[in-house]
Amino acid sequence: MNKFPEYFTIWHIAGHYALRLMAYLVLAFLILPILVIIPLSFNAEPFFTFTPGMLSLDPDAYSLRWYNEIVTDQKWTLAIRNSFIIGIAAALLATVLGTIAAVGLSSPWMPFKRLITALLLSPMIVPLIIIAAGMFFFYTTFGLVGTFPGLIIAHAALGVPFVIITVTATLTGFDRSLFSAGLSLGASPVKVFWDVVIPLIRPGVISGGLFAFVTSFDEVVLVLFLAGPEQRTIPRQMFSGLREQINPTILAVATLLVALSIALLVTLEFLRRRSERLRGAE
Amino acid sequence: MAGSARDQRRLAPEDARNAAREIRAQRVRAFLFVTPLLVFIGFAFVAPIASMLFRSAYNPTVAELVPASLEALAEWDGEGQPSEAVLTQFAVDMKRLANDRTSGQLAEEINRNLPGTSSVVKSTARNLRRVEDAELASNGAALLLEANDAWGEPGIWRALRKAGKTYTTGYYLTALDLEMTRDGSIQQRDTQIYLKLYGKTLWMALIITLLTLVLGYPLAFHMAHSSTSRANFLMVFVLLPFWTSLLVRTTSWIALLQTNGVVNSALIALGLTRQPHEMLYTQFSTVIAMTHILLPFMVLPLYSVMRGIDPSFMRAALSMGSRPIPAFLRIYLPMSLPGLSAGALLVFIISVGYYITPALVGGTDGQMISNIIAFHMQQSNNWELAAALGSLLLFLIVALYWLYDRFIGAGNIKLG
Repeated sequence: MNKFPEYFTIWHIAGHYALRLMAYLVLAFLILPILVIIPLSFNAEPFFTFTPGMLSLDPDAYSLRWYNEIVTDQKWTLAIRNSFIIGIAAALLATVLGTIAAVGLSSPWMPFKRLITALLLSPMIVPLIIIAAGMFFFYTTFGLVGTFPGLIIAHAALGVPFVIITVTATLTGFDRSLFSAGLSLGASPVKVFWDVVIPLIRPGVISGGLFAFVTSFDEVVLVLFLAGPEQRTIPRQMFSGLREQINPTILAVATLLVALSIALLVTLEFLRRRSERLRGAE
Repeated sequence: MAGSARDQRRLAPEDARNAAREIRAQRVRAFLFVTPLLVFIGFAFVAPIASMLFRSAYNPTVAELVPASLEALAEWDGEGQPSEAVLTQFAVDMKRLANDRTSGQLAEEINRNLPGTSSVVKSTARNLRRVEDAELASNGAALLLEANDAWGEPGIWRALRKAGKTYTTGYYLTALDLEMTRDGSIQQRDTQIYLKLYGKTLWMALIITLLTLVLGYPLAFHMAHSSTSRANFLMVFVLLPFWTSLLVRTTSWIALLQTNGVVNSALIALGLTRQPHEMLYTQFSTVIAMTHILLPFMVLPLYSVMRGIDPSFMRAALSMGSRPIPAFLRIYLPMSLPGLSAGALLVFIISVGYYITPALVGGTDGQMISNIIAFHMQQSNNWELAAALGSLLLFLIVALYWLYDRFIGAGNIKLG
């Protein structure tokens, strides 16, 4: 037992293992609920539970019928299309505006920096139900309720804080004299921004955009208040499914969404490493 | 700024002016970069919130529906039956509302101030709809009393006058379970609805925060003091739930906790219980599901702080004979406090305003304040009360956010 220092008593060692056991139990608590829906989504019966056939690994108890339901049911195909339209448009809007603003915010000369940063990050903190109620009152006067532009604007506002956070984080490693160098050589601020700043902060911009996309893709409260039947998204469809008639189609959709988040996690990790490499190369 | 001022003192006046101009130009340039987003957020986010705050104290519905009656009623002293002129004017207004099909709105608004009067207003409107204008003008008061004798009582008129105020603190009073008595003093209502709900919401948020802390602390500790490759591997298990859709995670808890769900089946199969337990649609299921959903928000800030704590401090204390628990309490815990407070405040702020999970797994006793706001928005159509309840919730959150910004710094929120 030379793994532990000599002054460790048996109780120290017991405590060490108890802590480790606790950590693994918590990890199990985090991950198991998500994994459990994957086998359930292949259920041949319209239940949310493991049938005896599934437990004895009878191949007939498993089927792809709920996945088939997703691609054939018009409600789900519409929802998938809407989620991507709204998510991509909102992410683009949030990323463009947020990136430009982050450049200004990370300038040492920025006036009212603390106040403005707190304001721009506040959509992340204000409860969605309050945002939803306010937007419903306000957007009605502009005819934006029940339209795609209304939802895109609303979701873009939610995505902005994430873009600000990731891009300012990348900009802390950014050498500002490059900007001045570009200006002193006669380029316009816009050209310097486009040709010098953007290539260097690209990983941060892309991960900010991904955050904004996921925020929109996962959002349901604003959709509940602002969307008409034409703008139903995947989470909205799942919400009404869970409230009205629970069937394993929801589990099949959920499984696909888990696969999507795994893909996203891998992409973000890749971007993070790339960003570290870029900064290390400077 | 102090540094730049000192630098300027060494410069010639001409150069100092140029430098100051350059700094001003830099400030303007930095601000110009932020302007487009400020305009966007102003329209898309700040203005909606402001409109909600405004609506919580502004309700022109009744004032727009029956302006003439309210004007006549202003003279009334609040005792006994109002004058014949008021009754006649109101009868004329009621006929117009009945024909415009807006009498329902009036009924709803008066009913909020005096429950049970909705049917009085509606039936009166139905009765007066077909009466000739000339007859109403000459005999309106009698016809109104004939349609429903409640119009002879002062109560309903007081309710009308109260509902007719364009600017009102009434919704805030309702949201705080208070009411204004006739002499203008404020007293508590007999039944406490909203204060109780605020209390329950804060209580549940506190429980959830403590649970995430109890679960998250050992996990973050273990990860922070593992090797980098192992920590990165374990981090996947924290980040995957973090990145997985909220609806997916709520769905899993429905599958796990329902009467014939995975947990109950497992308990029965293991012989621990015979009858399935009703776990879904309770406060219990809301707390469990929200703890699961918010746990990463606790683990991530804790981990990033603990990663920076030098383990040799603890080793030094233990090697010099300190017992583990006092050593932890005096040395490690204070050093991990920034991460702990960041995580706790974040989890608390998010859970106070939670809507989706309580709505889906909460049943009746797991509802939180957000759910009652949604109820007043969507079902009872009492938007002003929803706005007042929302504004109070907003003040609460802003106060917490201010604390967060003051002690931790809003710009220090880390993602992943």
